Amino acid sequence: MIDNFLLLFDYPVLSADLALNGLLIGAVFVLAAFGMALVWGVLNIINIVQGEFVMLGGFVALMAAEAGLPVLLGIPIAALALFILGWGLYRLVIFRVIDRDLFVSVLATFGLSIVLQQLSNELFGADVRTLEAGLGTLLLFDGAVALAQIKVLAFFLALGLGLLLWLFLKYSRLGQAIRATAQNPRAASILGIDTDRVYAATYALNAALCGAAGGLVVMAWAIHPYIGLPYTVRSFLIVIVAGIGNIGAVVAAGLGLGAFENVAGFIFGTEYQIALVFLLMVLVLVWRNLRLQRKRMYLK
Amino acid sequence: MSWRAARYAAVAGSGLLVLAAPFLAPAFVTQFTFLWLMIVFALTWDLMGGQLGYNSFGNILFFGIGAYACAVFQRDSGLGYYEALAIGAALGGVLAAAAAAFLGLGILGLRGHYFAIGTLGLGIAAGEIAGGWDYVGAGSGMTVPLFPGALELRSLFFYFTLAALALATFLTLRWLYGTRFGLALNAVRDDEDKAEAMGLYTARLKTAAWSLSAFFLGISGALAGNLIGFIDPRDVAFAGATYGVWMVLMAILGGKGTLWGPVIGAAVFHITQEIFWTYLLGWQRVALGLLIVAIVVFFPQGILGTLREKFPGRFGSKAEVQ
Repeated sequence: MIDNFLLLFDYPVLSADLALNGLLIGAVFVLAAFGMALVWGVLNIINIVQGEFVMLGGFVALMAAEAGLPVLLGIPIAALALFILGWGLYRLVIFRVIDRDLFVSVLATFGLSIVLQQLSNELFGADVRTLEAGLGTLLLFDGAVALAQIKVLAFFLALGLGLLLWLFLKYSRLGQAIRATAQNPRAASILGIDTDRVYAATYALNAALCGAAGGLVVMAWAIHPYIGLPYTVRSFLIVIVAGIGNIGAVVAAGLGLGAFENVAGFIFGTEYQIALVFLLMVLVLVWRNLRLQRKRMYLK
Repeated sequence: MSWRAARYAAVAGSGLLVLAAPFLAPAFVTQFTFLWLMIVFALTWDLMGGQLGYNSFGNILFFGIGAYACAVFQRDSGLGYYEALAIGAALGGVLAAAAAAFLGLGILGLRGHYFAIGTLGLGIAAGEIAGGWDYVGAGSGMTVPLFPGALELRSLFFYFTLAALALATFLTLRWLYGTRFGLALNAVRDDEDKAEAMGLYTARLKTAAWSLSAFFLGISGALAGNLIGFIDPRDVAFAGATYGVWMVLMAILGGKGTLWGPVIGAAVFHITQEIFWTYLLGWQRVALGLLIVAIVVFFPQGILGTLREKFPGRFGSKAEVQ
């Protein structure tokens, strides 16, 4: 462990490699975190299914490629498929838990995440799957740092989608309705906004974002049916660090988390990487709460 | 027969039934043994989730700590089987309680869904750490010493130890809920800020409750590890996807915040599972997820909660006539 730590200083290029690769995967975390912040802010639900949406997006992209479609087309197809799934889940389950206490929604979405996880285990098998995008490798610093081009593409695509989301929320009519509903659902419905539809659209939009993220994950990294929960926790972690309404902070926190994970995973061993993410989340929660407790407040 | 005599008769009858069950239906001893384990799960979860209002998704952590602590002690102590198991189980309980007290310093300050997700993180992180730690066998897990005796004796031994543990848990909680401590727990659940303003030491209360819950869970982990015979980090000790979820589900199914609710929930859940789940083959966990959603969304009061709403008189509260 210490050896690995010292190695980072002896070979700064290695650190750069780890950190850069981490930043690139961080962009995908950002995408899922946008979705979580959206649902949390508008529906007031902590969506534990988040990671399963990412996982399913990956499998949809995989199936699209297996059906003979161009690989990169898998990303919009995954987004579309997940949009429909998200809408369906809202109509079936989520609308029933919106006004209930938070425990109900956390547990209900937790149950949904188990359903989706196990369904895909049955349907797609438990193997680790990946999709070859057919792009080359980018060499930096005289070939000392190797970045797969698909990861670079994933990075810019993720950030581009984030920008699109921001523009959509700011200027489109539905985006404005979503923001109005987030501010005050009662007032919004008095002004003629069909809040139920807005909720459904928001939830479906979140699923679509995660689906696109999943399509990127399967091409740049790998997926398997049980990969979901870490993605949920990462999105949650990013959102509690960055706050719900702050897009710049979400980007910074997501990229930072990606870089941290990769470097820490190298130091402590990759078998502890998931444990580190979960522990970091617990530490961040406790730390933020302790700071609030000094003012006799707590995280709400 | 008076009400009181009927009660004594019922207690004596069910006591006899508990003692006789493994001899009446010897084919089902293992299932009965797991039923006792489930009852401990549901009762200890409800102490936090139902009575204190802190919905933990990570109580499986203490189960795993108990399982591992006992197995490590059995491996390294060099004592005979029964001595090592007894001391190891006690050690597991104490270590789990200590872990709860330590973690509680930070975690119990969190409220509502932050507590739920924080504990979820702890439970999974523990499984991942145990799966990478060579001292406890890393990903390949640990085996416990062989039981020195015939197979029938082994299943009877674990039946009665787990039955005793479940009974001890139940009686402790029954006694506790009748004391000031139990009332204080409910006060924290109903409004923590007001409880604190009324002079209750909420931090101490929460830590005590969590440690107590962890103590029984730790012992149950030690016994269950030996009952199963093999401790896998993710599928036995820190099995969040099975035991960890069942705890919550059983308590809610029976009725959160009641003494008998978790017992009934555990029995109903376990029996249903044993009867139907063999037919579902690989789809059990899909069914489990659907069951969670259905129960949480449509049946959040649980069996006892619904009965209490329908027949308030039977539960000691007077129905108000409008």
